[in-house]
Amino acid sequence: MSDARSDIFARIREALKVKAPKPHLKADANPGKTSAVAKPWLPDGGETADASLTILSEQLAKLKAVLIRVPDHAAAVKAVAELSAAKNWKKVAYHGHELLRPVAAGLACETWEADASFDKQRLEGCDAGITTCESIVAQLGAILVSSATSGGRALSILPHVHVVVAEASQVVPDLGSALALAKARHGDRMPSMLSFITGPSRTGDIERILVLGAHGPKELYLILVG
Amino acid sequence: MSDSKAIFLKDATVNAADGDQRAFIRKALGGYYVNRDLQKARYRDWERARDAASLAKWSAVNDLANVLEKFVANFERNGGVVHWARDGAEARAIILKIAEDANAKAIVKSKCMTSEEIHLNDALEKAGYGVVESDLGEFIQQLRGEAPYHFVFPCMHVKREAISELFAKHLGTAPTDSPEELTMIARRHLRQLYVDADIGITGANFLVAETGQISITENEGNARLTAALPRIHIALSGIEKVVNHLDDLSVLLPMLATAGAGQPMTCYNTLYSGPRKKGECDGPEEFHLVLLDNARTRLLADPEQRDALHCIRCGACLNVCPIFKNIGGLAYGTTYQGPIGSVITPHLRGLKQWNHLSGASSLCGACTDACPVRIDLHHHLLHNRRNAAKESPTLFDQLFHHGFNFVIKRPWLFATGGRIFRATLPLLQKLPLPYMGAWMKTRDLPKAPARSFRDEWKQQNV
Repeated sequence: MSDARSDIFARIREALKVKAPKPHLKADANPGKTSAVAKPWLPDGGETADASLTILSEQLAKLKAVLIRVPDHAAAVKAVAELSAAKNWKKVAYHGHELLRPVAAGLACETWEADASFDKQRLEGCDAGITTCESIVAQLGAILVSSATSGGRALSILPHVHVVVAEASQVVPDLGSALALAKARHGDRMPSMLSFITGPSRTGDIERILVLGAHGPKELYLILVG
Repeated sequence: MSDSKAIFLKDATVNAADGDQRAFIRKALGGYYVNRDLQKARYRDWERARDAASLAKWSAVNDLANVLEKFVANFERNGGVVHWARDGAEARAIILKIAEDANAKAIVKSKCMTSEEIHLNDALEKAGYGVVESDLGEFIQQLRGEAPYHFVFPCMHVKREAISELFAKHLGTAPTDSPEELTMIARRHLRQLYVDADIGITGANFLVAETGQISITENEGNARLTAALPRIHIALSGIEKVVNHLDDLSVLLPMLATAGAGQPMTCYNTLYSGPRKKGECDGPEEFHLVLLDNARTRLLADPEQRDALHCIRCGACLNVCPIFKNIGGLAYGTTYQGPIGSVITPHLRGLKQWNHLSGASSLCGACTDACPVRIDLHHHLLHNRRNAAKESPTLFDQLFHHGFNFVIKRPWLFATGGRIFRATLPLLQKLPLPYMGAWMKTRDLPKAPARSFRDEWKQQNV
């Protein structure tokens, strides 16, 4: 008996001997260049950096994510400290990144560099997780985090609050740009997880009524420097 | 009549008469229509975006062998293990073997319709594993012991009171009528289970050939947790989920969210390439991907309906289908409900048993119009009807069509027949007609005109 893999490939090759007609398209879409071709059809991500920032703040507001814009890193440290005090966080986990160490040092509560000594049970007990990100997609209000730049897989999903500290220069207009940037940056050594986060965790499973904080963070803050 | 048809007819009749339930479903979908239209309006050209999405899937499905080979090579290079399953039984055996080798006890699952298709939970539970569905809707359906009602909104038919009672019974929580509180009950209950689970099982929305990544779309964060905390991650996917380029997702991810749930993007769209890499602090030690055929190649072999494999399971066709809204999702008796389910189930499970679903349509075309990847859904229902008539015609079909053929070729016979029909119509109105019972129950035969159209035409054109 042949193995399942060769059997399935034999079935596929047999099935594809008869060609299916190409779909009747109103436009010449070009395989392999989907985002370049489809860009003028998709939601606008802004042509200039300012336009992108305007779209981003509108999108984040609709998603019930909170955008805090600050002029410099010192102001970012202060903003997170104020947030922590206002929300009465007791334990905060953060990604060991040069941008985030001063932020953690500025907090009055217990802090823990989660990726230095990972412990899922301890992380589960944290009120907030602070990470950096790969890029931010203005078009959709999506923040791209990765296991490489955001302290692994769990830090951005397990604590009840997620705080992202990023530079304004990390904002890209659309999803196509964010994917191209990730490919250019990591090549064929992609982090084991890349995740687009579009607002706080949510569900509509009960009577299609929106509830925030289904399993992931209930609150999402983006601290944008510059 | 097949068993599945008998059950379908019975359930459909009962559900269609349940005005309260139908009103509840319409209300639940009301918010979706508003949000979907708001999000669609942000597209500068939705119709052309559909073209791009459709082409991205078409080029992968019509070159499936090469694209799959490329995907698998890249997936394995990233450190993942690929398993091949010709059918559900093989897929179940592979997953049971992985669980056994890992000496696992607790398994947490995120939403995966392919696992419903192969009845994975039954098999795992029979083998003694604790299996918990972590998607809120799936969790509720698991407690109810019921299949999903809708493959995107699994428990949209269940009222909050019933969920409150269900949680009180199984979790011992105090009753509440707040969806927010009910969600928090499930959140609290499931959190420790993620931490304790040995294995996390997820589905996959897209397999990206270029990079060997799998893409998972969700809103709750449960798939993220399922793929982060347990030491083994198993993903189960149909072979048709593959796309050529990472760039294709720039169209497919937003359109999946907008068409399916009226969102710009779902909350989490995550790409996984392998287990924990060197230098990463967490993530599973093993990453397995089970690639399932289960009659998908049978659908692939039909060039006329091959585009049904473009389906990205957004559920838009269910949300707009008048039949779905009236009979509900459970009446279908299938893993995939609504128009797409009616199209593909006869291919996956046999046309003879499931052809009745081809008639579960008003052929209004709302599904075809809603589909973000342009699957010609309502015409495929007609194709299935034709194929069923060819493959195993009923005696009635044979007699009727041969008779019709005979009569229509002989104008004198057609005219005579018409005359007899007009004369006997008053009598027929009083008799129970064979084969016409269901149709006649709610309809009366019209009154016969005095003259036929042919007579009328002749007279007026003398």
